[in-house]
Amino acid sequence: MADHKAVNKPVRKKDAMALVTGKPVYCDDLAPKDCLIIKLLRSPHAHALVEDINTSIAEKVPGIEAIFTYKDVPDNRFTMAGQTYPEASPYDRLILDKRLRYVGDPVAIVAGENEKAVDKALKLIKVKYDVLEPLLDFRKAKDNDIIVHPEENWRSLCPVGADNKRNLCAREVSENGDIEKAFSQCDVIVEETYHTKANQQAMMETFRAYATKDVYNRLTIVSATQITFHVRRIVATALGIPKTDVRVIKPRIGGGFGAKQTAVMEVYPAFVTYKTGKNSKLVFTREETQTASSPRHEMEVRVKIGATKDGVIKALEMNTLSNTGAYGEHGPTTAGLTGHKALALYSRAEAYRFVYDVVYTNVMSAGAYRGYGATQGMFAVECAVDELAHKLDMDPARLREINITKEGDLMPAYYNETANSCALDRCLDRVKKMIDWDNKYPARDMGNGKIRSVGLALAMQGSCISNLDVGSVALKVNDDGFYSLMIGASDMGTGCDTILSQMAADCMCCDVDNIIVQGVDTDSSPYDSGSYASSTTYITGMAVVKTCAALTEKIKKYGAILLGCDEKDVDFNGKEVYKISSDEKISLKDIANSSMCNNPNALYASEGHASPISPPPFMAGAVEIEVDKETGKIDIIDYKAVVDCGTVINPNLARVQTEGGIAQGIGMALYEDISYNEKGVSRSNSFMQYKIPTRQDIGNVEVEFESSYEPTGPFGAKSIGEIVINTPPPAIANAVYNGTGVRIRELPITSEKVYKGIKNED
Amino acid sequence: MEIKLWINDKLITDNVEPDMPMLEFLRDKGCYSVKRGCETSNCGLCTVWLEGKPILSCTMPLMRANGKHITTLEGLQNEAMEFGAFLADEGADQCGFCNPGFIMNVLAMERELESPTEEDIKEYLTGNLCRCTGYMGQLRAVKKYIEHKRGVKFDG
Repeated sequence: MADHKAVNKPVRKKDAMALVTGKPVYCDDLAPKDCLIIKLLRSPHAHALVEDINTSIAEKVPGIEAIFTYKDVPDNRFTMAGQTYPEASPYDRLILDKRLRYVGDPVAIVAGENEKAVDKALKLIKVKYDVLEPLLDFRKAKDNDIIVHPEENWRSLCPVGADNKRNLCAREVSENGDIEKAFSQCDVIVEETYHTKANQQAMMETFRAYATKDVYNRLTIVSATQITFHVRRIVATALGIPKTDVRVIKPRIGGGFGAKQTAVMEVYPAFVTYKTGKNSKLVFTREETQTASSPRHEMEVRVKIGATKDGVIKALEMNTLSNTGAYGEHGPTTAGLTGHKALALYSRAEAYRFVYDVVYTNVMSAGAYRGYGATQGMFAVECAVDELAHKLDMDPARLREINITKEGDLMPAYYNETANSCALDRCLDRVKKMIDWDNKYPARDMGNGKIRSVGLALAMQGSCISNLDVGSVALKVNDDGFYSLMIGASDMGTGCDTILSQMAADCMCCDVDNIIVQGVDTDSSPYDSGSYASSTTYITGMAVVKTCAALTEKIKKYGAILLGCDEKDVDFNGKEVYKISSDEKISLKDIANSSMCNNPNALYASEGHASPISPPPFMAGAVEIEVDKETGKIDIIDYKAVVDCGTVINPNLARVQTEGGIAQGIGMALYEDISYNEKGVSRSNSFMQYKIPTRQDIGNVEVEFESSYEPTGPFGAKSIGEIVINTPPPAIANAVYNGTGVRIRELPITSEKVYKGIKNED
Repeated sequence: MEIKLWINDKLITDNVEPDMPMLEFLRDKGCYSVKRGCETSNCGLCTVWLEGKPILSCTMPLMRANGKHITTLEGLQNEAMEFGAFLADEGADQCGFCNPGFIMNVLAMERELESPTEEDIKEYLTGNLCRCTGYMGQLRAVKKYIEHKRGVKFDG
């Protein structure tokens, strides 16, 4: 392989100029003008049964095409979670159900020629509800008398410890070593409970999809999704139709962050077009996107950590309670990551024990959000480690230096994988220098009623779902020797179309511009599980490397035929196939063009990849904040971060991923909070109430990379997409403590909480 | 109601519902760069210019533009490409959904502020939300664009 010409270079995203000039490339820009407009009538109650529903008057509104209720939909339970079949998430949904399980649960689907007619019809549907007592406190959910899913056809396809009659979506116990003995050897033990809230991904493009029938009378769904192939299965399962009848296309999508790893709304336009034969579209409002979607799981995480007086961590224990809400999307798998990822930061401990329960309640279903449970676990563990350091009277950075996972360590909590590539120690060392830790820890009184303090936290994530995720790509040679790269991974703005092209360019020794990229259409793209679990760079990237190797062999073989020699005697340098022993050669252009004349062997290759391991990226984040002692207000001054994502494939895109993840993490740490009133009605139904950071709220963010080399990754790469959200909540909580002595264990860390803490101390 | 206005200097007369939001009308007329990110004037994605001044088209009744000039990114393609290249070279275009509204406001800022400091830039653009980039890449792009236009190093 030649030296890197494209990999590790800040290549401009292939779709960039279309995006910056505002071209119509997104779902709603492409929808046919004659689409029926769909809206959903939503439950005003957190828990109710539809006793009677009358649509006859509403149907008479001019322009109304169809109204559907629970009586009209198939009785096939399914999950909207975008996961590999058989999904860990239970089959607990219907397209419309008689039982309504949260405020916002769909009661009826209305489709009409225009928005005004649909709005009018929505008001004229008469529903009689049997209102039931809702289950709103997730701490009381397990074995409660109120059962969220009493139905007999509820199904769990995987052994995740689910039991709908106990409101349990999942339960697991895992451990390594003798935990009781390990704790008995500890001089100091910290045991605390941390509470993280549900957060919205708040991508700028709300959920949307449209459906049409194609020339073969097949249902075609164009969806803003991260999981193009899973949507095909989910829609077919929900509608009870063969998968051959469904095609799904992903256009450009306006951000995902995990939200679109759940097929939140594709089934509705699919059902309308299936029933009416007409084009239809559904565009969620921001209000719907805030209240009937797939946010982060709220969790309560109890952590117990013990160490010797010298600061050697001997034992870690974690108990996670996760709130999956009304439905179980991503419930079992997110909870698992709280311990399996966060506890593995300290793999040198003698023993660990990890237990989790995932429970149903009558609030909106949770889903996947960047970090996927690891974020919640990391907040708990990284706060607890700081609390342990203070109890030991030790610098929290020093305590971490002693105990963190290092390259070559076995990580028992992380599925017994070995850290083959790990620069966490270097990340920590460098971030300390960047924030000037040794001079600034713990705090400085600025003399004007304000305190400046620093805090830090570490993080890890995975690079795929091991033994599960599949990535495959196809590459073909076209006229004059340009390549088409066909991928099934969903670029959601992160730039995977581009970074996969960079890898292909280096493998084929050509310019990135010589590769065109196309995705995703389930009818023609090679299979890919989808863009989630941080897997695209690592898994689909390896599929690119393997596919390029296979195509190179085919080019050499055909070149040798054209040169009239044995393929063993030739090599390929990207421009030509040449004879090793003489000057004879033939250009790729001539090979490509002659391959289109009297040639039975296609210059086409397609390979797939899966991995038995999921090498973690590592990261250290450090923050300097300023706290106003009079008001509790927190300002972010500087955020420094150092990431080990292995080889950086595209430094610009990796940097922006990191900066974006940190900004989301700052929002999660300081103010983002989905809350409900006593009836289960959301208080966070718009960007008026649910504030995400503006450019004035994030201080100065600076990112550096400290790369290890992952031997099993493409060009030595690991993942970057998710890990970057994990450090701000604990780093900021730790900084608040270092500045004020107030320990906030419940997110978000609002000014009110800090103010009250300061007053209580006085 | 009868309405007469200019979109990107093209005269348009039409008959519209009195409560028609400007955003809907602009998209109906093929200005697909105009995006809706919220319904509450919080995100800045729907930013267009009315008589050269940035406004939020999602909550602006179309009739307010009667007899006036609306400009969208479709009417500023050369400038969009010129600034957009700086955004692209930071990798800060990302999903792109907020780009048109953001760029409309950057170009308005360029016309309105003579020599903005970093704080001025952040304040002027603070109503333009972006969930992908964390804003740092956008700031780098704006600074480099200003340097390019002024021909001197950004000193704000």
